[in-house]
Amino acid sequence: MVQPLGVLVCVKRVPDITEEVVLSEDGQSVDGRRSGFTMSAHEECAVELAVQMVGAGGGEATALTIGDAEAVEQLRNALAVGCTAATHVVGEPFAFGPADVAREVAAVVRDHEAAGRAHDLVLLGNDAADTGDFQVGIRLAYELGRPVVNGAHTVTVEDSSEGAVVVAVGEGPDGQETYRVPLPAVVTIREGGVEPRYPSVPGRLKAKKIPIEERQPVSEPRGPGRVRMVLPPPTPSAVQILGEGPEAAPAVVDVLEKLGVLTPGKVAP
Amino acid sequence: MILTLVETDLDGAATEVSLEAVSFARDISAAGNGVPVDAVVFGDVSEDLRAELSAYGVRTVHRVGGDDVAAYSGAGWASAILTVRDAAGSVVIMAAGTDRGNELMAHVAARSGASMAANVLSFSGLTPFVVTRQVVGGAAMEEMNLHQRPAVFTVAGHAVEAKPADVSGAGELVEHTPTIAPEDLVARVVSTAEPEADESGDLTSAKVVVGAGRGVGGADKFGDVVELTELLGAALGVSRVVTSAGWRPHHEQVGQTGSRISPDLYVPCGISGAIQHWAGCSSAKTILAINSDAEAPMVTRATYAVIGDLHEIVPAINAEIRKRGYGA
Ligand SMILES: Cc1cc2nc3c(=O)[nH]c(=O)nc-3n(C[C@H](O)[C@H](O)[C@H](O)COP(=O)(O)OP(=O)(O)OC[C@H]3O[C@@H](n4cnc5c(N)ncnc54)[C@H](O)[C@@H]3O)c2cc1C
Ligand SMILES: Nc1ncnc2c1ncn2[C@@H]1O[C@H](COP(=O)(O)O)[C@@H](O)[C@H]1O
Repeated sequence: MVQPLGVLVCVKRVPDITEEVVLSEDGQSVDGRRSGFTMSAHEECAVELAVQMVGAGGGEATALTIGDAEAVEQLRNALAVGCTAATHVVGEPFAFGPADVAREVAAVVRDHEAAGRAHDLVLLGNDAADTGDFQVGIRLAYELGRPVVNGAHTVTVEDSSEGAVVVAVGEGPDGQETYRVPLPAVVTIREGGVEPRYPSVPGRLKAKKIPIEERQPVSEPRGPGRVRMVLPPPTPSAVQILGEGPEAAPAVVDVLEKLGVLTPGKVAP
Repeated sequence: MILTLVETDLDGAATEVSLEAVSFARDISAAGNGVPVDAVVFGDVSEDLRAELSAYGVRTVHRVGGDDVAAYSGAGWASAILTVRDAAGSVVIMAAGTDRGNELMAHVAARSGASMAANVLSFSGLTPFVVTRQVVGGAAMEEMNLHQRPAVFTVAGHAVEAKPADVSGAGELVEHTPTIAPEDLVARVVSTAEPEADESGDLTSAKVVVGAGRGVGGADKFGDVVELTELLGAALGVSRVVTSAGWRPHHEQVGQTGSRISPDLYVPCGISGAIQHWAGCSSAKTILAINSDAEAPMVTRATYAVIGDLHEIVPAINAEIRKRGYGA
């Protein structure tokens, strides 16, 4: 492990939908009032990685969100599992496009650095669970002039002869890919490398006492270019019930035969 | 010109989703007075690949090679794509909505100060260029204005069918060996490990996938489901509950944060069909659900369903398959 590390992890408050998506009346956002809110699974893993890295080598794991007043909930959740600081850029998230978000995150990184709090490593999710733009981390890297690794599932920081390097591993089209990149860097995270921990009661209590830095956006958002969101037309159920319980097995195998997915012969009857 | 990134598999053949993207590019071309469609390919371009792209209506196949792009780097490859753009002058730069496609188009957009629309399903006009794309893992859609040039986007898997053009393109091969700036090569792949062989097979390309969810009930209760997977010569895919509980490894997960599958047949056992899971399996041609709850979304959206305890039903199906003399 290396010297104390400053990690910034970007989390977005998103509707926690599992069944039916409801849109806001103006069609500009997903309405999460009934479903409640969460952060993306990728970001939960990013938080876990940040906490593990800082836990091992010391340093600061700062959670950052750009969101409305309620988005404090996601920052508190990140603090409850071990982040040590949090920053809230207060703004209506649906007014921000991915380039706007990247610009705001970059501004936080620069301001913190000027104040003596370097964020050597910035972690984001690979894609946000609601708008799914697949790009904020990459845009951020260009804003900051840093290298970026996209879609890693595990990240560690090592000392090397050239200084601290981040080793990021992810799934590529031809197998598992490893990157070794000098700090400071940006890495976007995909679920799968670590199991996010659940907040403990003492963790929650401790989180309540950590002050959250509140800031205003540094510039007027240009917006996401969204005309509106729409829902796909409902598809009426056309399911054919083949039966109940094990008695349905012959009917199932009839269907498998009809679909031609069975390979005859190799197993003796 | 419309420049489409064409990804190739380990055998050097164009991936299905890349051919879909080229087909999508042709639709834009048709709406835009026949602007030519070009392809950009990293690595080798065999005569088969060149001929196939020509059959798909591609005018020029830009092959990018050389030491600087031999290993993958998002920034480096994007810079190479923009070199091709500068040489050929494209107004649209696009790719399939794969991990690589989305990553490279995000780099291309950031470098050229343009917007990027991920996972586009269709477009509704060229002036203004408005696209409809998947959001919330495909459970909702967003209409987005892509007014900047180049217009940069990716095409969602199976949004359109991959089909050869009525009129072939010239398919002329042009070689590019760009020099990439050192800062764009800092984040590059230093090693690639062979994927481990396992029950999941190649989930994304499997013709039959057996699914397993919370209903299976525990890490030690996968025997029947794995047996069915083997009997069908299928790949095993699981829900997030299963991977979170540590019952099966994450690379077997199907869904928004797992793999997207498009088999001819999907057999989800004990999976409720939450939208994030549906995001990964909605392009299955036929779904045969096994679930104790007749109201579960997976059941109502399936083609066929059997209602009941999967631990009774799956062994009975396995026995019936054997009885009729089948089994891969
Ligand atoms: C940001 C985000 C990303 C996500 N990404 C993914 C993803 O990529 N993939 C994914 O799968 N999920 C994902 N999820 C989780 C998703 O919302 C669901 O929680 C999950 O898919 C549910 O898994 P399940 O169907 O196995 O479990 P459940 O929803 O609990 O369903 C279990 C089903 O099994 C049935 N059942 C129970 N016992 C039996 C039995 N003995 N026999 C037959 N049937 C039985 C029940 O009727 C029920 O329908 C994500 C969630 C979020 C918020
Ligand atoms: N409003 C936001 N606040 C904080 N982080 C964000 C916000 N929007 C996006 N991100 C981060 O950027 C990642 C990618 O988002 P996107 O490019 O929009 O799909 C997300 O997983 C988050 O880590």
